[in-house]
Amino acid sequence: MPADTVTGTSVPMPPVRSALSEPGWVRILLIGGALLFLALFLLLPLVAVFAEALHRGFDAYWTALTEPDAVAAIELTLIVAAISVPANLLFGVAASWCVAKFDFRGKNLLITLIDLPFSVSPVISGLIYVLLFGLNGLFGTYLRDMGIQIIFAVPGLVLATIFVTFPFVARELIPLMQEQGSDEEEAALVLGASGWQTFWRVTIPNIKWGLLYGVLLCNARAMGEFGAVSVVSGHIRGETNTMPLHVEILYNEYNFVAAFAVASLLAMLALVTLVVKTALEWRFGDELAATRH
Amino acid sequence: MVAAGSGAVAAGRESAVTVRASLPLFRKPSVLPGFGLTLGFTLSYLGFIVLLPLAALILKSSGLGWSGFWAAVTTPRVLAAFQVSFGLSLAAALTNAIFGFLVAWVLVRYDFPGKRLVDALVDLPFALPTAVAGIALSALYAPNGWIGRPLDELFGLKVAFTPLGIAIALTFIGLPFVVRTVQPILQDLPPEEEEAAASLGASRLQAFSGIILPAILPALVTGFALSFARGVGEYGSVIFIAGNMPGLTEILPLLIVIKLEQYDYAGAAAVGTAMLGVSFVMLLILNLLQQWMRSRHAR
Repeated sequence: MPADTVTGTSVPMPPVRSALSEPGWVRILLIGGALLFLALFLLLPLVAVFAEALHRGFDAYWTALTEPDAVAAIELTLIVAAISVPANLLFGVAASWCVAKFDFRGKNLLITLIDLPFSVSPVISGLIYVLLFGLNGLFGTYLRDMGIQIIFAVPGLVLATIFVTFPFVARELIPLMQEQGSDEEEAALVLGASGWQTFWRVTIPNIKWGLLYGVLLCNARAMGEFGAVSVVSGHIRGETNTMPLHVEILYNEYNFVAAFAVASLLAMLALVTLVVKTALEWRFGDELAATRH
Repeated sequence: MVAAGSGAVAAGRESAVTVRASLPLFRKPSVLPGFGLTLGFTLSYLGFIVLLPLAALILKSSGLGWSGFWAAVTTPRVLAAFQVSFGLSLAAALTNAIFGFLVAWVLVRYDFPGKRLVDALVDLPFALPTAVAGIALSALYAPNGWIGRPLDELFGLKVAFTPLGIAIALTFIGLPFVVRTVQPILQDLPPEEEEAAASLGASRLQAFSGIILPAILPALVTGFALSFARGVGEYGSVIFIAGNMPGLTEILPLLIVIKLEQYDYAGAAAVGTAMLGVSFVMLLILNLLQQWMRSRHAR
């Protein structure tokens, strides 16, 4: 009973107010305050994106999305995500296998280093690759002589995106696999399964929802990243502009309808991500890592 | 301290399964395969993508020498940008500590229609691309925007293209950090202490300040620190609403971009290194503060 009153779940007919709860007017005030804050800070910007995108009508919206530069930006965004997300997926699985299934020295340091990109400013994430591969960078002259362009080209965009989305899959899988332990894998091996068989038939089915969760968040960030790719892109229209960069250019040209039209696609991506993420949490909460944040 | 440390090591060795436990092993033995493969891949990927590029940052700024580095990061424009970035991130993180706590409290303790939807909405700033948030906030708070116009007409308050606009963008970006760190702690808070306080005649306010607040304060500080750190580095959501006037509304990340566009690689690296250094020191201080609070609460 006390647990019920504390979590506030439906208690039938409370005749006397519990000593563990606040008076009704305080509750309403607090709920109202929180909802007002969220509506003002979170909901309104989201609504504004769609309102601004559609305020000249659907035709203008559609034209903005189908003009060649916008299409090129959408394609480039998909290409960059299609390379960087699988790369980080592979890394995330490998890293969580060695961290969660084995005990070795320096493990905590390794985990800290894997999380490092989250605490680096996006702009610095782009800057470091310019310092390495840019024309005045460490390998700049060498790359120029070889005729390889990384900065202001697609490889730079991919590298910067991989950096900012680096920890997503790993940090979802490591706690999950640590929680699950390795008893099932050991049993499979003892019964004669090979290492790969064990991995595909035992480990992957156990972690599949956590894997999907990590990939989902990784993809959302990969497609929406702005600061890091902005530094390495060079902003060449139709060539090195991803969707967020295209939004910036249109906005700075005062082409607000077009800017918000492209932005609305990214906002829809964010909404789909939130819906799938929430659905995963409700449906498979137990099969996701408990310690997510 | 030393005795405790060696005790822990001894305990660790005892729990190792084999008899060879006394050997200084790099890793505990295991029947599972793939250690070499996965560790090798992890380390090379980490090295190539993260460590080597970050080393390039340090290397480039150390090329300036100490006096050159100091000169590069203490020009009036850079110092002003430091003030803008750190000061406004602090203001936004404080706002988030208050309202993020309120949101977490309401989500954990009360029931209301649409609660699950609201709970899911809290993660929006994590999912929404920063550039989209940036132009949306800028449009809302511009002098002719939905919020900007009434604020301007009623109070003469200008938000977009002022420091206040930057603080609002940073509040948007940092909110989920506070909510998501405080929420689970609040959820797991055992009701017994509050019950005891109530039965001993404490008011709700006394129970709140004497029991609930001390218990969640470390989590609140963590959320504050995460929100603050995110704010210092934030770029996309800020530059549209900021106005970007040097010395007034120019943030550090933008200054790095400007230096890069002027091909001042060493200057950009120096500012980047200084920014990472200051954030690191501030997070270290917050961490120590948090440990101190934990030990105080535990007593």
